[in-house]
Amino acid sequence: MTQPSYSTITRDGLWYNNPATVQLLGLCPLLAVTGTAVNGLGLGLATLLVLVLSNVTVSLIRDWVRPEIRIPIFIVVIASFVTAVELIMDAWFHDLHKILGIFIPLIVTNCAILARAESFASRNSVPRAFADGLAMGLGFAAVLVLLGAFRELLGHGTLFQQADLMFGPAFADLQLTLFERQGMLAAILPPGAFIGLGLLIAAMNVINQRRERRRRAEAAVQPAEQAGA
Amino acid sequence: MSLPLRDMARSGLLLTAFAVAGALLVGLIWQATAERIAENARQAVLRQIDELVPPDARDNDPYHDMVEIADWRLDPRGPTPVYRAFLDGEPVAALYAATAPNGYGGPIRLLVAVCPNGVLIGVRVVSHRETPGLGDYIDRARSDWIDQFDGRSLDAPPEYFWRPRREGGAFDHATGATITARAVVDAVHHVLDYHRARGSRLLFPDGPRMGQP
Repeated sequence: MTQPSYSTITRDGLWYNNPATVQLLGLCPLLAVTGTAVNGLGLGLATLLVLVLSNVTVSLIRDWVRPEIRIPIFIVVIASFVTAVELIMDAWFHDLHKILGIFIPLIVTNCAILARAESFASRNSVPRAFADGLAMGLGFAAVLVLLGAFRELLGHGTLFQQADLMFGPAFADLQLTLFERQGMLAAILPPGAFIGLGLLIAAMNVINQRRERRRRAEAAVQPAEQAGA
Repeated sequence: MSLPLRDMARSGLLLTAFAVAGALLVGLIWQATAERIAENARQAVLRQIDELVPPDARDNDPYHDMVEIADWRLDPRGPTPVYRAFLDGEPVAALYAATAPNGYGGPIRLLVAVCPNGVLIGVRVVSHRETPGLGDYIDRARSDWIDQFDGRSLDAPPEYFWRPRREGGAFDHATGATITARAVVDAVHHVLDYHRARGSRLLFPDGPRMGQP
């Protein structure tokens, strides 16, 4: 089996096979914590960390894990890392941990992580598994932050409120206030998350289609290139 | 039959090895972080004690003058720590670390400061899991909702009005998040109830009694 190139891994994780918008995995935390951009970033980074750690570990042990017990072993690996990350967050990012609450332990049940362990890390070398974890984690975190920013903007009229929870008191001024009055309540509530995610996926599809159309148009002008592709 | 049996044993051993390694990792990290996590929780309580009973209104350290009280009105799940504040030997306040068990997102942990005579000094939310942007208005970082408890007592408002406005009570709440408000109002009422019935006498045996402010 040929190993995918690093550029393919990166593009898949960030765009073409984005865990949140294309694979539609891990939607429960995605929809639940994206009330603000900072919350999204917090959960995104925690997920990224767990994804990288679990991918590397699964790839390291891929030769001696017997196929019939691989799933329980992956889950033990993932659960251990999630618990470790949760303890670390509770110790060093106490307030953020308080806000994200139940969704940190719930990273264990994020199917995106098990899916990457099963479909990628257990079949590829350690550096590639690392790159995949990084790309997929970044792709997931980017969607969380975008969705959080979108909902925060509509719902609270601010951007990056409570940034101090994450980066320390020096960043309390990072908050951008666009309007003061009460925003759209629906954006903060769960329906806002569904609608926001839907719009995000729609936007990605539009961009993909435009690109596809342009590529076809170029190919039609140069039929020789089409033969090559 | 010996081959599958050996396979099973090997799988079992492998799984055990990973479980042990995972537990070891979590144990090590727990050991490294436990102290900091406990310190964080302590700091959060200390900050709120200071907010409710400022250091110049007392001359003892309430955090270390703590009594544990087991009463279902304060916390149906277990004993409630109550911190006592004194100034010149006179009781100033009892701070009940009570829990509202019926929040929308689970238990809401409160710190309720009551004068010995049963008047509320104030209430703070220590931890909650209410819906962000909807039920989290009880958090003082979000809104000043919690300040409406200041100066209240069992008789102000009368018993019937200890409920959210939507149910005919005296307490405001955010539209669409009545459950959160009801949980907090009920819990505070329970504390006052307990304080009048037993707490005041239990905590401050030498201090002023209810009804003699």
